[in-house]
Amino acid sequence: MSDEYENKSSYQAQSSETISGTGSGVSPDMDYVRPAENPEQDLYHAHSFIEKWVFCQDAKVIGVQYFLTAVFTGVVGLILSWLMRLQLGFPGLAGFITAEHYYQFVTMHGMIMVVYFLTALFLGGFGNYLIPLMVGARDMVFPYVNMLSFWMFFVAVAVLMASFFVPGGPTGAGWTLYPPQTILEGTPGHGWGILLMLISLSLFVIGFTMGGLNYMITILQARTRGMTLMRMPLTVWGIFTATVLAMLAFPALLVSSIMMTLDKLLGTSFFMPTILKAGEVLEYGGGSPILFQHLFWFFGHPEVYIVALPAFGIVSDLISVHARKNIFGYRMMVWAIVGIGALSFFVWAHHMYVSGMNPWFGFFFASTTLIIAVPTAMKVYNWILTLWRGNIRINTVMLWCLGFIVTFVNGGITGIFLGNVSVDVPLSDTYFVVAHFHMVMGIAPLMVIMGAIYHWFPLVAGKMLDEKLGKWHFWTTFLGAYSIYFPMHYLGFIGVPRRYYEMYDSPYMTSGVGLNEFISTAAFIVGAAQLILVFNIVKTMKTGKKAEKNPWKANSLEWFTSTVPPEHGNFGERLPVVHRWPYDYNVPGAEEDYLPQTAAPSEVAHTEVEKT
Amino acid sequence: MSDPKIEGFELEKGFRGMAKDTGSDQTMFKGVHWGKAMMWIFLLSDTFVFSCFLIAYMKGRASTPVEWPNPSEVFALDAFGVPVPLLLIALMTFVLITSSGTMALAVKYGYERNRKMCGYLILATALGGLTFVGMQAYEWSKLIHEGVRPWENPFGAAQFGSFFFMITGFHGTHVSIGVIFLFIYCYKVFAGHYDEGKRGWFTKMRGDYVEVEILGLYWHFVDLVWVFIFAFFYLW
Repeated sequence: MSDEYENKSSYQAQSSETISGTGSGVSPDMDYVRPAENPEQDLYHAHSFIEKWVFCQDAKVIGVQYFLTAVFTGVVGLILSWLMRLQLGFPGLAGFITAEHYYQFVTMHGMIMVVYFLTALFLGGFGNYLIPLMVGARDMVFPYVNMLSFWMFFVAVAVLMASFFVPGGPTGAGWTLYPPQTILEGTPGHGWGILLMLISLSLFVIGFTMGGLNYMITILQARTRGMTLMRMPLTVWGIFTATVLAMLAFPALLVSSIMMTLDKLLGTSFFMPTILKAGEVLEYGGGSPILFQHLFWFFGHPEVYIVALPAFGIVSDLISVHARKNIFGYRMMVWAIVGIGALSFFVWAHHMYVSGMNPWFGFFFASTTLIIAVPTAMKVYNWILTLWRGNIRINTVMLWCLGFIVTFVNGGITGIFLGNVSVDVPLSDTYFVVAHFHMVMGIAPLMVIMGAIYHWFPLVAGKMLDEKLGKWHFWTTFLGAYSIYFPMHYLGFIGVPRRYYEMYDSPYMTSGVGLNEFISTAAFIVGAAQLILVFNIVKTMKTGKKAEKNPWKANSLEWFTSTVPPEHGNFGERLPVVHRWPYDYNVPGAEEDYLPQTAAPSEVAHTEVEKT
Repeated sequence: MSDPKIEGFELEKGFRGMAKDTGSDQTMFKGVHWGKAMMWIFLLSDTFVFSCFLIAYMKGRASTPVEWPNPSEVFALDAFGVPVPLLLIALMTFVLITSSGTMALAVKYGYERNRKMCGYLILATALGGLTFVGMQAYEWSKLIHEGVRPWENPFGAAQFGSFFFMITGFHGTHVSIGVIFLFIYCYKVFAGHYDEGKRGWFTKMRGDYVEVEILGLYWHFVDLVWVFIFAFFYLW
């Protein structure tokens, strides 16, 4: 990770990659960092309450706005999952859940959790809050458009929520919205519901594009002095790559939404083949339903990594800080993130093995799918090797990280089963699939979100969350989540199909009935356990201990702001100058067990710090 | 470009040097205004939008069981009583490509701080774009008059009308948005906002002639997309 622009003369004089502990390498020249390339950012400060808290241009406030809106939709998604589990575990107990309602719950739960909760939370929430702070910028490069991005997202959420109240209710087509059934009679919400869903998705894409441009360009063009690409925290790398994926994958969603809207409203037949309904030929004809599946999954598969990559990045930073060790194989981690991102565009049809496409397609997509396991496994090994002989703090944040690794490996291994065509065909559309993707892209990223909340709460709110409550929160969630999803694998093996309202007296269900009751009970407990976090936050805000500056003794720039919580402009008079990567923990010879990114080489010349 | 040179410092040759330069601190694209970089990334994303549209069109056209209409007949225009294939489209394409030329000149005069020439050329570009949209409206009304609808048409496969109206409509929307912005920028140039660095009405950012170039990037992109639409709809 050499950087020729800096410390040129002193480094060139040394043959070794480390500065030896003698102190002979100290010279005023070694702290040299290239002069600023960008002019000081011209910030527009808020003048009124509305400008400060509503239509705010400060990325940190926008991040919190995104976070809270996403959490609101997430709570709606959680309640829907409760209702589904109520029906599955105890059929008929809640009389108001009809089959139509059940399908609507499935659809809305899926769409909300994937797009409006996880994507918005990671990129909109963490992205907005952390990118400028971590790369040493005063704000996003185009704050006005960033503000518009949130409000577009807000409108998208409002439109989505409105679909609960329109005639016919929200769409019940499943979150994949496969035509032709999505817009035909017989599917719940085939009128207003699907229309509002498609409009909401289009608005989401437009809103996200405005934000995504900001995240990308802030990272590429507005870093502080000394912040090379290979000195960026992995959080930034993860969010950056996920944003690139989103910018290239969401177009497919936008296009398929537009085309289906036209099919619905104007009676075009992009996705609609000739259809016989009760002996009558409908007006549609000549379209291709498979085309929608290809467009949808060209968006849908990168979407998985849009959720996963920020989680990978964040968890790398959390593990490194709380194991007091540098991340193992930083460059490998960066390239793995980039590689996973690139590969994710070539695996989409593994969602379509049973769609009737050409079997050779399945062969190709199975190969690419299994190849993606290589960089992913590299990341898992590197997390474990980072923990290896680290000075691990078993606090709440670390528990969530460990929970993530276990859950992610678990979900990843079932992914290898499903990636193979011949294994996938019998398992397709069973609870095995449900268990797989909930483990790998539901619970695992959620663990990271929770860890990140406990980690960065002191920065955002200036108070330390209660550790004891945090540990209760973790153990109930972790054990509970396993109680939910582990038995689901078995349900899948015995052939229980997903998306079924009720199994009636099916022979499958002899051993499944009790399991379903158990899963549902666990789901109620896990959902309710999230109230521990709410209680923790309320309690902390009222009586919590005030956070000192940089309470975790971390290295990255977000902890070195002029005030805690950071104010508009982040860094006070002068922007920080970066001299190293953010992972210098437990450097031999250093007084403290961490060296901030801003520590100049001359200050640490007596240590055996690696050149980064 | 305007990369600050460091005394006695040479980048390594070849790929390594390129990688180090790309990964160096502060900016990846040296000397490039953030707005320009942002527009490029947006255009990349927009390229994917249009690619999805055109790939969907190819797939739709390939899989429809009904014969596809013959474009040279459908898009013919009567000139002095003789049906000339693609006459209107040729004119539209000419106007749009010409407006790209005037836009490029406007950028040049903008950087030379030649306020008047820059303003007039932006105005010319805007008028070119407006002409294009007008001719497209004429073409649409002509086709609608002949019975082409998004859901059916008398010439063959129903998907012809669906894809035609959707894709040219989406492109036309791009052109129209461009025209609106061209008129706004034309006003700003003539009023001298970019010379004195006046703050934007909404963004509150200081104006600069680089904005003309950024809008120019968008305009050239819209023209380029038209070339593809032209090829796929009228020549195929």
